Formats: sequence, C-alpha cells, structure tokens
Amino acid sequence: MKKSKKASADRRQFLKKATVGAAALVASPLAGRAAAAAQAQRFAESRNATAPSVPASKIVEAAVSSSVDILTVERPGSDFMVDVIKSLGFEYMCANPGNTFRSLHESLINYGGNQSPEFITCCHEESAVAMAHGYAKIEGKPLLACVHGTVGLQHAAMAVYDAYCDRAPLMLMLGNFSDAAARFGMVDWVHSAQDPAATIRDFVKWDDQPVSLTHFAESLVRAYKIAMTPPTLPVAVVADHELQERPVPDGEPLAVPRLSLDSPPAGDPAAVAEAARLLVAAENPLLVVDRVARTPAGLAQMIELAETLQAAVIDRNNRMNFPTRHGLNQTEAARSAISSADVIVGLELTDFWSTVHSVRGQIYHQIEPATKPGAKLISITANDLYMKDNYQELQRYQPVDLAIAGDAEATLPSLIEEVKRRVTDDRRRLFQDRGSKLARAHDDAMAAAREAAASGWDASPVSTARLSMELWAQIKDEDWSLVSPCLFVSRWPLRLWNFDKHYQYIGGEGGYGVGYGAPASIGAALANRKHGRLTVSIQNDGDMMFAPGVLWTAAHHRIPILIVMHNNRAYHQELMQVQIMASQHNRGITRARIGSLLEDPAIDYSKLAQSMGVHGEGPISDPKDLGPAIRRAIEVVKRGEPALVDVLTQPR
Amino acid sequence: MLLRCSREFSDASGTRRAGSRIAARALLLLFLGMIAGILCRPTGVRAQTAGKSSSGETAPVGNTETGKKLYVNYGCYECHGRAAHGGTGPRLGPDALPFAIFLQYVRHPGGTMPPYTAKVASDQDLADIYAFLKSLPEPPRSKDLPLLKP
Repeated sequence: MKKSKKASADRRQFLKKATVGAAALVASPLAGRAAAAAQAQRFAESRNATAPSVPASKIVEAAVSSSVDILTVERPGSDFMVDVIKSLGFEYMCANPGNTFRSLHESLINYGGNQSPEFITCCHEESAVAMAHGYAKIEGKPLLACVHGTVGLQHAAMAVYDAYCDRAPLMLMLGNFSDAAARFGMVDWVHSAQDPAATIRDFVKWDDQPVSLTHFAESLVRAYKIAMTPPTLPVAVVADHELQERPVPDGEPLAVPRLSLDSPPAGDPAAVAEAARLLVAAENPLLVVDRVARTPAGLAQMIELAETLQAAVIDRNNRMNFPTRHGLNQTEAARSAISSADVIVGLELTDFWSTVHSVRGQIYHQIEPATKPGAKLISITANDLYMKDNYQELQRYQPVDLAIAGDAEATLPSLIEEVKRRVTDDRRRLFQDRGSKLARAHDDAMAAAREAAASGWDASPVSTARLSMELWAQIKDEDWSLVSPCLFVSRWPLRLWNFDKHYQYIGGEGGYGVGYGAPASIGAALANRKHGRLTVSIQNDGDMMFAPGVLWTAAHHRIPILIVMHNNRAYHQELMQVQIMASQHNRGITRARIGSLLEDPAIDYSKLAQSMGVHGEGPISDPKDLGPAIRRAIEVVKRGEPALVDVLTQPR
Repeated sequence: MLLRCSREFSDASGTRRAGSRIAARALLLLFLGMIAGILCRPTGVRAQTAGKSSSGETAPVGNTETGKKLYVNYGCYECHGRAAHGGTGPRLGPDALPFAIFLQYVRHPGGTMPPYTAKVASDQDLADIYAFLKSLPEPPRSKDLPLLKP
C-alpha cells in the first residue's frame, strides 16, 4: 500500500512534469520567438549605434524568421510542379541529380510515382540533354531535361546548342536559388544565378523565371507550346528552389492550364502558287530537302510532290526526308543534278548557299556558282520566321527568287495541290520521260557506289563500307532504326541501305558538337523501345569518350540498342585538318597526327561497355568476324538490353 | 582516280566543300599537256615513273616498301584509306594515273586536298608512294560480293 501510494505520487509528479514539459514544448515557438526577438533587438540597438541607416525592425525580422521550427511540409510546391509536368505528357525526365531541384526530384519519384515522367539517371548533364535531343527526333515531341542552373547548365550547354542548330524541340528546367536569403552555405551560392538562363539565351527560343506556382504552371505550358511551334527549338524554365520547397500557400487557387498547340505556320498561298507555276513549267526541277520531314507525314508528302513532278530530289539527310532507293533520289549524283537544274527549291534547307556554290577550299577560297545561268531559286523554311544574331548557325546568306517563310512540311499539302492543278497531259508526258532518265541516273549512281564499296573490302582495319554492309545484312529484315550520323563512315548506310521509313534515320548533331552521338542515340533508343524497334548506332570512338557514362544509363534503364564502334583511334576530322595545315605551312607533315590520336594506350571499348553493365565484344579487326559478333549482340538487344561491338576501322 | 579527288569533303565545321568543277578543269588541261609530253618522250623510260619530274629530269624509280611507309607517314591514308581504297578522297591504286600527272597533282591539287611541295615530299618520295600504289591488288567487283548484291 505504501509502495503503491509512493508509486502513485511519483507517477503524479512524472505526469505533472511531463505536462509542464509538454506545455513548454507547445509554448516554445512563441516563448522562443519572444526571447529571440528580445535578443535581436538588443543586438540591433548596439549595431544601430554604428549603422543607423538600417532599421532595427528589419534586422529583428531576419533573426526571428530563422528561429521558427517547422520540420515538415505536407504539400510542397514541387508536387504541384509535377502536376503540371504530368499534364504535358512527358514520358521521361533526364537529369543528373542536383540540390537545386531536390524537391522536384522527390516529388517526381514519390508524389508522381516515378511514372510519366520516369526519372532517367544520367552521369552528365550533356548526356541528359542530348538524350532528350535524340528522343525528340524519333517521337516528334520534347522530353524534359532538368539541370542545375549554373554548373549543370554549363555542362549541358553544348547539347542545348546542338539541339538548337538541329531544330529539335527540347524542354529544359533549371533549378536555382533565386532568393539569396534562402541559400544555405557556399554550395547553394555557387549553384545560383540571378539570371540562370543567360548562359544559353542565345540558343534557346524562349525562357522564363517564374516567381509563383501559378506563374510556373503557365510558363511551363507556354514553353511547351513555343518549343513545338516550327521552327521547333529548345526552351527553358527556371524551377526556383523556394517555389519547390515551400508549401503551397493556403487558399491559393492553383490550376494547370490547358495546352493549346499552334497549328504550324504554312507559306503564303500566293507565293506557294507561284512556286507551283515555276516547278510545273521547269525542264529540270530540283527539290533539295534538309529538315523538311518533321513527322512521317512530311516524308509521305515529299514523295507525293516529287512523284507528281517527277523531279530530282537531293537529301541533305538531317532528317529522313526521302527514300534512299527511290528512282528520283539523286543525292549520289548531286553535282550533276544541281548543275542541270533550272528551278531549285530548298525545303528547310539550312545551307542554301553551299548547295548552289562550288568552293575550292585552299588558303584562299575560290568560289564558283554550281548552278547554270538563269536557274531560279525558291526557299521554303520556317527559319525565316525566327533567327538570332550571335551564333552563326544560319550559314551564309543566299539570295533567292522566291522566299517563302513558313514550315515546309505544313506548306507541302498546298504546294502539291497547286502543282496538281497545273499539270496538263503534255507536261505529264514530259515528266514521265524525265522520271525515267532520273531513275537510270539513280541506278547508275547506286552501281557506282557498290563498286566503290568493294574497294578495301577485306582490309584490316575494317573498311567503313564493309562494316556498314555487314551490319545491314543482320538488320535489314528487322524493324530497324539507325540513330547515328553517317558522315564519318563516308555515308555508306545512306548510300547503300534501303531507308524508307521516317524513324529509320534522324540526322546528326545539328551544331556538329562532338559528344552528341552516344547520348542522342541512347535517347532515340529510349523512344524506339516502346515501338519494339531494333535501334542501331555506328558510334565514333572520339564522340564516345566525351561522356561514356551514358552507357551505364542505357544498362541501368534497360534501353536496348546495338552500338557498333567506328574505332579509328583518332579524332580523325581534326587530324585531317592539322594535316592540311602542315601541308599548307610546308612543314612537319609527319607530325600532323600529334594531339589527335587515341592510341598508346588504345581504348578497349568492349571492356568500357562491360564495366558499365553493357554487353561488349571486340575489338574486331578481321572483317570476317563481324557478322557473327553483330548477330550475338543483336540477341542481347532483343532481350531488351544494350550491346556494343568494338570494331577497328579505316579512318573514313 | 585523281580525277575523282574532287569528291565532297567535310571539314571540322561541317561545311561541305566541292571543288569539283575547278579541280576537274585543271586536271583535264594538265592531263592533256602531260599526254603530249609522254608521247614525245624518249624510249627506254621505266613504266613506273613515266614522264618528267617537277625538276624536269627523268623521274626516279620507286621502292614499294619505302612507299608503303611514306604513304602512312605523310598522312595519305588519312583521306585515301590505309589500303588506298578511298575514304574522304578517292581510291588511288592500283590503276593510278601516269606518274607525271600524279606528281603534278600532288604538288598542285584541286579541291580540298592539301599540297605536298618538294620541300616536304621529294620526287623520290612520291615515286616510292606511286610504286606502292601500283603494287596494290585489284579490288574485287561488287557483283562477286554477296553483301553488295543489289
């Protein structure tokens, strides 16, 4: 009894103390605030003796706000940001994680369930943006890429520039601490900028720095619309750190605005009619296409236009614009087609000037027109609707006889209609004769290409022609997609394979920035994955070495792609350039390779791939070993994984 | 083969340069001039080094093995391939043009090919390279290669 009385008393004391303690805990924010305010006031008064221009109340406010003890946020602003992102239908967000967007990252994977978009972990911001670039060219819509506004964006900048030059839509989000008072420690400061997008403003179409969640929602939706309006280009929106991490303000009416895409701008009807008149009346019309086929519809419409006119077509191959084995495709006989044309139409042709000029590229350029006198030039391009001045990607100015400012793909239907209206039976008979001659010229050019490919057929290192045809033999009966540029393998795939679908070729870098190839091809493979396509890349060795960590991304995210290395053990383009200089300077021609070789030691790309979880085989130097190695690699790819075959190749 | 040296070449900036028309005209005139010189030359000149060198004297006899080394050291392979089978530049062997034309073109190329003057590549060096090019085997015909059948 005594014991129980004491125990009860002890228990009452415990509860009393606990109650007092709990009351103290509940009261502490106010009690703590008052004490902090008093202390701050005394401090302010002492400081004010020497700095009377700063009101004491301002210093007190700062001190009090730092002592408030709030530990959780149930509904952070970044959750709403994810709502907006999801409304735009992004499948993926490519990023290297960063503290400036840590809240968005968490909201994406928890609140958003890491679906639509799924977070794609990249080892370099350049890879993240280049993946988005490659993806966009397959899917025809942007991917989201997120970077730090400072260091991340600096890494990513070249990839943004490549996408800009290549007219690819890209959505970039930049994490940033806009409010200096919110930055905690040195890292937050060095990762912040007053104007984060300034780094890339010269090569994005539009950017914004929202200051509220409503502002963010409207900006992101507006940015998507602007990116997708031809000329399609990268855009950037800042995701402020405080906007992400602070709770959604009580009572703030947040809504996700509806996306309303622009119909693409088409050429002026009168100008289109005039172009049609000139084309129908021409003896040798020529269509030069570059980025006209934004979508599969563009490819189909190009075929219809060319066949209606029985006109020669030259494809500059920055997109899949025209079937390579079509009889009207004169790309392999371009010189002859240009010199005999009396009407030349450039459709989204970036470099019209070089198309119609011959340049002897010695110390002093000798320039001559490549066209015959009196040839009429017509340009149809959305580039005339939008251009900037600092970066010079627009190429040399070319005067034309008819300049139509409008998206070429959007203009094609009306051009085709106008052409059909004007074709008479007489003209149709003439067109048929022309078409027959062009088909024979095409066949002759194909035959010449096959003979040229036979040269060095059994050479070691492997000729690029042999590599291309060994690969073709293994993929031609699959639903394949070649997602790497062909210039450095002497364009053999484009010269000899049978390209007839839009997704079978996506062109190149745009800005010729090396380092695009590996990540863009993996981004394109990510897009192709859901369509069940066999994605193939002929990968330059120098390009791979810029950020090879993207191989890990492919392995980690199970992105199936067949990578065949074009391993010529050099930055060969630059090596040739230095050789030119040595010859022009009349010295040191045996030393021209210094600084450009990737030898001693030679890089083992097979082991590099294996180190990152990618099937790797090689290096192969005997062309007879290529076919079986590629077959083995394709088996891996068909299981849904990436695979790499390292091949020692001739320089070009 | 050298007539096709004017194939398009892409430099580091990506701009395609075609000096074909200018190079082809220059080469044709040179060829016609050299043919006239060849027809008038004295008998007994070795077949490998027909015509005269840039110095005007009879061309030296070439050494195939030396030529193979020089072909790499002088960077010819960078554009024409290690087997002289072509690449950025055209195929060079085995059916190369007469030596005099080869020599003259290397000294005064058309298109984007850089010049190799006598200071950096002597007539003997070029004779050796020429001998190497002439020694190369004939390439196969595409019709004999299954992977190249249309």
